[in-house]
Amino acid sequence: MDLATIGNMLNTAFVFSTALILASLGGILSERSGIVNIGLEGLMTAGAFAAAVSAYHAQEAGFGSASPWIGLGAGALFGVLFALIHAVATISFRADQVVSGIVINFIAAGSTLYLVKLLFEGAGETSLVNEVFHKIQIPVLSDIPVLGEGLFTAYPTTYLALILVAVIYYTLYKTPFGLRLRAVGEHPSAADTVGIKVLRMRYTAVLLSGVLAGLGGATIALTTTGTFSHNTISGQGFIALAAVIFGKWNPLGALGAALFFGFAQSINNVLQLFDFSSHVPSEFIYMLPYVLTILVLVGAVGRSKAPGALGEPYFQGKR
Amino acid sequence: MNKLIKAITGGSAIVPIVAIILGLLVGAIIMLIGGYDPILAYRSLINKVFGNPYDFGETLTAITPLIFTGLSVAFAFRTGLFNIGAEGQYIMGMTGATIIGVSVHLPWYIHAPLAVIVGALFGGFWGMIAGYLKAARGVNEVITTIMLNWIALHLANYIVNDYLLEPGKGRSYMIDESASVTIGWLSRLLEDARMHWGMLIALLAVVFFYVFLWRTKQGYELRVVGHNPDAAKYAGINVNRGVVKAMFISGVLAGLAGVFQVLGVFLNQAVSASHTGHGFDGIAVALLGGNNPVGVLLGAILFGSLSYGAAGMSFGADVPPEIIRIVIGTVIFFVAAPGIIRWIIKRRLPGKKSKGEVI
Repeated sequence: MDLATIGNMLNTAFVFSTALILASLGGILSERSGIVNIGLEGLMTAGAFAAAVSAYHAQEAGFGSASPWIGLGAGALFGVLFALIHAVATISFRADQVVSGIVINFIAAGSTLYLVKLLFEGAGETSLVNEVFHKIQIPVLSDIPVLGEGLFTAYPTTYLALILVAVIYYTLYKTPFGLRLRAVGEHPSAADTVGIKVLRMRYTAVLLSGVLAGLGGATIALTTTGTFSHNTISGQGFIALAAVIFGKWNPLGALGAALFFGFAQSINNVLQLFDFSSHVPSEFIYMLPYVLTILVLVGAVGRSKAPGALGEPYFQGKR
Repeated sequence: MNKLIKAITGGSAIVPIVAIILGLLVGAIIMLIGGYDPILAYRSLINKVFGNPYDFGETLTAITPLIFTGLSVAFAFRTGLFNIGAEGQYIMGMTGATIIGVSVHLPWYIHAPLAVIVGALFGGFWGMIAGYLKAARGVNEVITTIMLNWIALHLANYIVNDYLLEPGKGRSYMIDESASVTIGWLSRLLEDARMHWGMLIALLAVVFFYVFLWRTKQGYELRVVGHNPDAAKYAGINVNRGVVKAMFISGVLAGLAGVFQVLGVFLNQAVSASHTGHGFDGIAVALLGGNNPVGVLLGAILFGSLSYGAAGMSFGADVPPEIIRIVIGTVIFFVAAPGIIRWIIKRRLPGKKSKGEVI
């Protein structure tokens, strides 16, 4: 295995990880505020759908290379729309948060495919977007061996995801807003007592999780697939959820988990490239990322502690 | 009727009924916006389910695995565990049944029961892995079950591809006649709908669920673990063993869903690129049924009928069948958030407000 292969592997890892990073950041914000978000899968589905459709129409309307950015915005917007349902149900009506999340998954899967059939005359997937994101080389840095090819020649969405990790980490741990958000998730009554608007904080967090998960779904449609169909997301939202828990509800932890997962995926690609399939059945190579995840969890991480008030609805004035 | 349902489920019938009506209404509104005829669509749906003996039988075939996976998820919920892994346990159940059904040759009175038991144990073992990892290493069962779903998918494909494949077919050999659990006379009665004994076992599983959790000491202990693990520990209950046991039983239930799909419906196991969704749908069914055995049965009937009937909607009224997922999602939503229904009832029926406080 030479350096170019390692660079290539790293690059693939980042491509796989991007959507997971974004969606798991969304999961963290929501769960840190005390709202379980098992609907990440649905929010990603909504984002991918909106991105594929709007980028396609933008491209047809002659927006050229701005089309994927329009798609990205639409993805975030659609994510928020579905997150709003989750927020209203769980925060205002105190519905069971797991149930509401599952419902979001159902409604997102159903309504997006329904709309695809409606908008594309009965087709099972959206028309192919040609104006997708392209990898950009960062000058100078991209000349570094291995890292240059691995990290500094990537889709703009990858850079966006990495920047957002830093931003959200800083916000959560270094700003009053972040402190309040965490307080609301750990001990809402105490937070309420010192004058933090619990419900408003939770709304903000859940809606932001919609933005991030929507962006995550959008990146899949706008970089790897170019279309949206029933299997565009296929379980990535659940993997992102696993990354949230794996990363102990910390943005850096989730980044690590998402990268680990992306890396395991890319090992899988490389193994196939080198024709290991003649020695090892391909099914075992497919299994690898999932087996590795479990092994790492068993070996290194151990018990991860959820935010204190995760899953508990808050009655205003309960104290 | 209300009293009857209350007696069975211990809850009011008003909320689920209003929820179903609201769900269908939401579906109708979405169809109207899309330019479809909702009345024709729902009529086609009902026609598809009840229109002829074959479709009626096939609806029952569609409902059966949902009862099992619904019970599986509900059982785990009752013990405080979130089993997203019914999908993987289902696949392992299929695989166990297929291995015995294809590669062993025995008289029917041993073969079929053995295939059922091995499949159920495969599913139970798969659930137990997640339970053990949680009990011994504190690994969150949500992650492990998600991962185990994917591992099961590829492991099953490997077993079928490398050991059981009928050349050129993309599926295993057909299982021996002696391993099948189909009910020939009933199938003939229902124009060759695929009827099987799993349907009866599913009903027995509903009874088992109730008796085990509410009428045995072990079941009581598991419920205590679910309600309050600290209190359980204080009371001398072995929480870790409870977690492993609960995941095993949950896995057995999901495994049985797969077992009967192989032994009663498909009679082989296909190589599959993606999950079937029966396990994930089990989560929805459990939630529809409020994690209550009779509720799960009713939820599975509703879910199965709507999903099966959806094909009729697209045939008869040209409506994309995906609409039914929105309807089901909405129903679950309203079932799980009774606050919203109470709020709607209060708003819409202001005259009843003074008396309506009981709702």
